[in-house]
Amino acid sequence: MINYVYQLVAPGTFSVKYEEAQFGDQVIIKPRYMSICHADQRYYTGQRERSILDRKLPMALIHECCGEVLFDPAGKLKSGEEVVLIPNVPGEHSDIILENYAKGSGFLSSGRDGFLREFISLPKDRLVRHDGIPQKLASITEFVSVAAHSIRRFDSISHGIRNRIGVWGDGSLSFIVANLLKQAYPGSEVIVIGKNPGKLSYFTFADGTVLREELPASFEIDHAFECCGGDGSYYAIEDIIKHINPQGTVMLMGVSENRVAVNTRDVLEKGLAVIGSSRSGRADFEQAVSWMKNERFQRRLDMIIFEDEKVSSVEDIHRVFRMDRNTPFKTVFEWGL
Amino acid sequence: MVFGGILAGGIGSRMNMADMPKQFLNLGDKPMVIHTLEKFLLCPKIEQIYIGVHPNWVVHMEDLVDKYIHIRKECVHIVSGGGDRNATIMNIVDAVERDYGESEEHYIITHDSVRPFVTSRIINDNIDAVLSHNICDTVIAATDTIVVSEDGNMIADIPVRSKMYQGQTPQSFQVNLLKRLYEALGEEEKAVLTDACKIAVVQNEPVYLVKGEPSNLKITTVSDYKVAQAMVGGKVVD
Repeated sequence: MINYVYQLVAPGTFSVKYEEAQFGDQVIIKPRYMSICHADQRYYTGQRERSILDRKLPMALIHECCGEVLFDPAGKLKSGEEVVLIPNVPGEHSDIILENYAKGSGFLSSGRDGFLREFISLPKDRLVRHDGIPQKLASITEFVSVAAHSIRRFDSISHGIRNRIGVWGDGSLSFIVANLLKQAYPGSEVIVIGKNPGKLSYFTFADGTVLREELPASFEIDHAFECCGGDGSYYAIEDIIKHINPQGTVMLMGVSENRVAVNTRDVLEKGLAVIGSSRSGRADFEQAVSWMKNERFQRRLDMIIFEDEKVSSVEDIHRVFRMDRNTPFKTVFEWGL
Repeated sequence: MVFGGILAGGIGSRMNMADMPKQFLNLGDKPMVIHTLEKFLLCPKIEQIYIGVHPNWVVHMEDLVDKYIHIRKECVHIVSGGGDRNATIMNIVDAVERDYGESEEHYIITHDSVRPFVTSRIINDNIDAVLSHNICDTVIAATDTIVVSEDGNMIADIPVRSKMYQGQTPQSFQVNLLKRLYEALGEEEKAVLTDACKIAVVQNEPVYLVKGEPSNLKITTVSDYKVAQAMVGGKVVD
């Protein structure tokens, strides 16, 4: 079978790679719904450094996707089963180092083709069933799993005083992190700190929202999640270090293209644990799916998802990427190619 | 039920390379017809697939299916082709009705075996269109100006390009309607009407258009074959 792979060859330019696909021991999946991540958008708009674009392109974008099993040579998955696709390519196995940090691990849509393809073949352990979750929502499971992963790590690292947790950022990631924190720690107060009052108004489930500029000097938190990324990382980290209580844990989740200066003097003085959290592994996908089966959570996710028209041509791929730049949270679309 | 009908009855006279019909030549590592068949097998809405092959090549086709097909092999049926394209389609229709009976709810997606770059989008659009319109044809807008000549020497007409399309496949039909249209033709018309959709058009039966792709090319000549090999990064074997 000749598979169509829709690769970004240069910012704003797609080209089809005709790939002769082999039927090996992997499961064949038809992608059904996809979601756009900031990382995709940074490639599409050319915000990555030239040397990185030169090294990684051409490459198919998109790592948030759900699909339908067409064929499993091992017969474990049935044709028609709906699954979420895990973009991590495991590297060295370790009982201690998690799969998304292991040496030699890879990621589809970062140096390898992502999911913008006609058909996808993956090992069975890279697929998680999502029965009971509509495809539109299931397409953002990877995104939810990244939040689930950070909470899993936070749970194992942070001390037990969790009276008040601060979440910096008013975008999709902080929406989901704050949501899951409320589910994981119902007794904790979750306060969201952002810049945009319109976006903060979506966080009705949080115990409070505060505009960054209006943070009172007396504001205190036990732990913090930084979900800003970009230029916002600096200000968020600065605020967190200022307002966090001693020995708090700071989860860093936002990606920044530039190096960020950190007030290490206060980090040392307060004895903070600063933890980087990136991507996720199979266990986090399973946790995310389990959380996403909750209908209340589904309705909340629905609020931050904009479903664009079905994609049936390369022009449509451009359309959804353009649309995503004008939507406040997540853009998802049905994949018809 | 929705059936696939893959037309692989050609004997390769136009390819002028080796004696093997072009649909059996390798594209990359597999014969073209296998690439085409795999695309159909990966469309869950197509329940059974019939391949029309010249009688001399039936055994060869059976061997290829045995060797290369690893999914839904039980859904693949090989049928002896007729004297021309439409006769092969009708042989496939006969085989469908022999195996699954006659029904107003039978639809067939017919496709050239030498168009292995067909996409699942085109196949699915054909299924949607045939279920709602009974007949559909896959086309792309003409990019070259079309020139009509009656004698091959002088221009008779240059139609408005925006109304011109190039026909591809799949062409899809409600099976009973196709049978009625074909049976209404005289022997002479059957010999002249080589395009299955034209059988409908000459009898004023509406045919819906489905958007094809320029990449869904028909591999007919040596240069087509070289282009196709280059597209998949395969070696050209002259």
